[in-house]
Amino acid sequence: MFLLAVLVLPFAGSFIAALLRVNARNAEAWLAGAVALTAFCLIGASYPNVTNGGVVGWRTDWIAELGLAFVLRLDGFAWAFAMLITGIGFLVVLYARYYMSPSDPVPRFFSLLLAFMGAMLGIVLSGNLLQLVFFWELTSLFSFLLISYWHHNAAARDGARMALVITSTGGLCLFAGVLLIGHIVGSYDLEQVLASGNAIRSHALYVPALVLILLGALTKSAQFPFHFWLPHAMAAPTPVSAYLHSATMVKAGVFLLVRLWPAMGGTNEWLWLVGSIGLITFFLGAFLAVFQQDLKGLLAYSTISHLGLITLLTGLDTPFGQIAAIFHIMNHATFKASLFMAAGIIDHETGTRDIRRLSGLWAFMPITATLAMVAAAAMAGVPLLNGFLSKEMFFAETIEVHDNSLVDQALPYIVTLASTFTVAYSLRFIRDVFFGPAPAGLPRVPHEPPLLMRLPAELLVLACLIVGVAPALTVAPILDTAARAVLGSAMPEYSLRLWHGITPEFLMSIVAMVGGLGVYVMLRSYLLAHEGPPLLGRINGKRIFDWVLVTLSWRLARWLATNLGTRHLQPQLRVLAGVAFVAALLPLYARGLSLTGPSGRGFDLVFGLLWVVGVGCAIGAAVQAKFHRVVALILLGTAGLVTCVSFVWLSAPDVALTQIVVETVTTVLLLLGLRWLPKRIARPGAAEAPDSIRWHRVRDFSIAFLAGLGLATLALAAMQLPDNHSISRYFVENAYTKGGGTNVVNVILVDFRGFDTLGEITVLAVVALTVFALLRRFRPAPESIPVPEQQHAQDAHDEAHPDRQKGDTAKDTLATAALMMGLLFPVIGVVAIFLLLRGHDLPGGGFVAGIAMATAFILQYMARGTVWVEARLHVMPVRWMGFGLLLAGSAGAAACVFGHPFLTSYFAYAELPLLGRVPTASALLFDIGVFSLVVGATVLMLIAIAHQSLRRYGVPLLAGQRPPDERAKEELV
Amino acid sequence: MELSLAIGIGALTASGVWLILRPRTFQVIIGLSLLSYAVNLFIVAMGRVRTGAPVLIAKEIGDATKHADPLPQALVLTAIVIGFATTALFLVVLLASRGLARTDHVDGQEPEA
Repeated sequence: MFLLAVLVLPFAGSFIAALLRVNARNAEAWLAGAVALTAFCLIGASYPNVTNGGVVGWRTDWIAELGLAFVLRLDGFAWAFAMLITGIGFLVVLYARYYMSPSDPVPRFFSLLLAFMGAMLGIVLSGNLLQLVFFWELTSLFSFLLISYWHHNAAARDGARMALVITSTGGLCLFAGVLLIGHIVGSYDLEQVLASGNAIRSHALYVPALVLILLGALTKSAQFPFHFWLPHAMAAPTPVSAYLHSATMVKAGVFLLVRLWPAMGGTNEWLWLVGSIGLITFFLGAFLAVFQQDLKGLLAYSTISHLGLITLLTGLDTPFGQIAAIFHIMNHATFKASLFMAAGIIDHETGTRDIRRLSGLWAFMPITATLAMVAAAAMAGVPLLNGFLSKEMFFAETIEVHDNSLVDQALPYIVTLASTFTVAYSLRFIRDVFFGPAPAGLPRVPHEPPLLMRLPAELLVLACLIVGVAPALTVAPILDTAARAVLGSAMPEYSLRLWHGITPEFLMSIVAMVGGLGVYVMLRSYLLAHEGPPLLGRINGKRIFDWVLVTLSWRLARWLATNLGTRHLQPQLRVLAGVAFVAALLPLYARGLSLTGPSGRGFDLVFGLLWVVGVGCAIGAAVQAKFHRVVALILLGTAGLVTCVSFVWLSAPDVALTQIVVETVTTVLLLLGLRWLPKRIARPGAAEAPDSIRWHRVRDFSIAFLAGLGLATLALAAMQLPDNHSISRYFVENAYTKGGGTNVVNVILVDFRGFDTLGEITVLAVVALTVFALLRRFRPAPESIPVPEQQHAQDAHDEAHPDRQKGDTAKDTLATAALMMGLLFPVIGVVAIFLLLRGHDLPGGGFVAGIAMATAFILQYMARGTVWVEARLHVMPVRWMGFGLLLAGSAGAAACVFGHPFLTSYFAYAELPLLGRVPTASALLFDIGVFSLVVGATVLMLIAIAHQSLRRYGVPLLAGQRPPDERAKEELV
Repeated sequence: MELSLAIGIGALTASGVWLILRPRTFQVIIGLSLLSYAVNLFIVAMGRVRTGAPVLIAKEIGDATKHADPLPQALVLTAIVIGFATTALFLVVLLASRGLARTDHVDGQEPEA
């Protein structure tokens, strides 16, 4: 349980830190420091539980059906790492308190830093590989945010993006690799994976899994050829570099290598892939570091080189190599973090990091200089310091015979040469910065930093010294615990001592040191005059990365968009129709199709004649839709009526009822829209269409014909198959017993599938509001704004007759019909309520009743005009909708009060005066909600369009006159 | 009976597809309506053609297989209402598009000659 606390603590701290004031530097530092220190102490206190291969675990089931659990697991190796993360984290927080300027927004910094600490702890504490991948990606994300902390700086943004792209791509590879491992082992549990080494190594998928996991680990640890992101990440604030890019995040890669070595190591592939990449990175990083002019750049390449060294140790594939790797991980974290802090102090106090401009700082900041010199000496591997010990273990391991290949034999010489460069750049760091003449032309006069800013570096350097002088007393038991957790019982003999006598590895150290001095002296003049390394200066990882990024995300994307995409609707719809056709054809091609099934019903003359009309109307609508919109609309309506009659024929009275009312409102809707469409008049003498258009028509006609033929064939074949009554039978058999209604369709809508219906009425409400919102900002085309011709003709007629007033003709039109419509209003209302109430047992229901009710309103608008109606009737459709949705929702939620699942319905019979015994179900309430919403939505959409004719576009208003559309808006809401 | 219905569905589909491939927005909206008739009929037809089958159930259920298939009907019933809503939305979008682009071409601009 305390593991969970340790993991949650940084995230909780991060959340709180984000809420503090922008300039609360001290509060932030106290909070972050307390979090880090608490976690450090908690983990430290659990040390007795992890010695001798002990494991502290905590698990809770996540998806038990899939065997997935959230597992936290602390063994010796994870313990050592967690101590590094929290310990160095604490020191970095302390350092950052003084490093960050008062003008920086510190809550973001500390919040991200703590969140990163949590993610990093998540990686090392994960007992499940999927969980590990999750935290892994989380570190990439927080690293991105931390590098780009000064996001006004372009270099920070670019560096952050590069780090994110590379490490998260690696993370995706790792994810794929972990999935393969899970496939091989059958579990993602770390302990099971570690125990299945033989199964993994002998599996056919071993190499792909290994390559994918290595891609993840090596990108994270900035190994060749992905190393170039790390120097660019130096645009981050120095505390971030000290924490993420030396001590923790970049170590996640080598952590994973060591962690998985028992399961995946011990093969030639491991030896050659990991070993050679580590060797190349070690050498290349050291060589390039010598030529850096930026202090942090030098440290970045040196970090790459040291990570290469660790990777090489892991890759050498021996238990001793793993121990040395773990030891060097710890040592590197301490001396490199303190070096970064020193570099930050120098930058902070002098205003520059350029080695060529710095010199003689010893006189100005002797304590910082001493700290940096000791740490740099540890980096170079000078005796009496911790770097020397692990370096000697490294040399000893390289001398060992591995596969006795040419590379293996040459290995001691190559690493000695690389170490020469290590010594050279360490020497350069010390000599060029701290010695020589006093610096000239610095932005500031350097002096010692505040005591507390120096303290973290002092503690770390002290650790380097103590470990270096007395390894057996200090680090030996911890290293033993960590190594035992990785290697189990297969611990090799090794001794952690300062003096082993004059051994080959000691001689290698001496050679490297003398050689390093020589290299430095030789290159000194070159370094001060030249920018960048010789030979390799032209191979620029960043340029290659940018080229790949631009090619993939811009050139390729643009090529695909221009060659496969279109901005035109018609080709898209053509493709859609084509795909639908092919998708329907494929299974038919595979399974065959019979057009004469067993359950045909013979020919019905009336039905046949009905469809003669239907087909004629459909084709007529298709022909007339371009030039004669009203005709097309009438034909469409007739086709709809034929459809409606067919529903009656097919024993679907509910559907037929709904179809006929919807047909009515759709026709009204489209009629309202016609007003705003451009005139299009067919000219009889117009020239023949050009060939290209005629070809388009032939092609579209073929597509339409094929689609129609296809669907007709499919329908014919399906209708003649025997009915297998898949799930409908359940509804028929249980509608009365479980839903309390005899109209099965309605029971399905309001009861069995009530949740679907709730969703559907919500969609309806959203659409209606969207229509309303779109129309509020509606601006018609200028040629549609003036009063239409017909109205002009009416007015002209009125003006020509002295006994008539303007507008009389419009008023007289359909006067009789209008009177009847007015009288019908209550009648339709009653019919609607009748349809609603009988719905559960007889054809009817909320949908059809709602639209019928809406028709009653619309009829009034049509008969008397908007102004007349709204002077007398406040419809307020949005409230109808709100009430409906609320009622339907609460009718469903009421079931929860009685302990049933959402939307469970209840039914009983009630004795009502006059009406007698009436079935009442809670579903009726739900249906009333549906009714109310449908009324509101339908009326809102129709009225909103109708109101457009009332609006005055671009006509100035008289003083005090309210624009009619504003009044209309109030009416609607 | 089945043949008439199938031919009807086919004609509605063909007219609908032809219209949605036309360049003018009003043609497309008519086409979509025709297509939705076709699809709704098709879905109901998947419950097989049953004329005069009982739709309501008595308290004592006889043979459930003689009953009209309620499931496609329930599906189509909501589809009709939602179809109305989308038609309204499309109509408003096409009106707005015509107002902004000064053309009723589906691409919001007249094709280059």
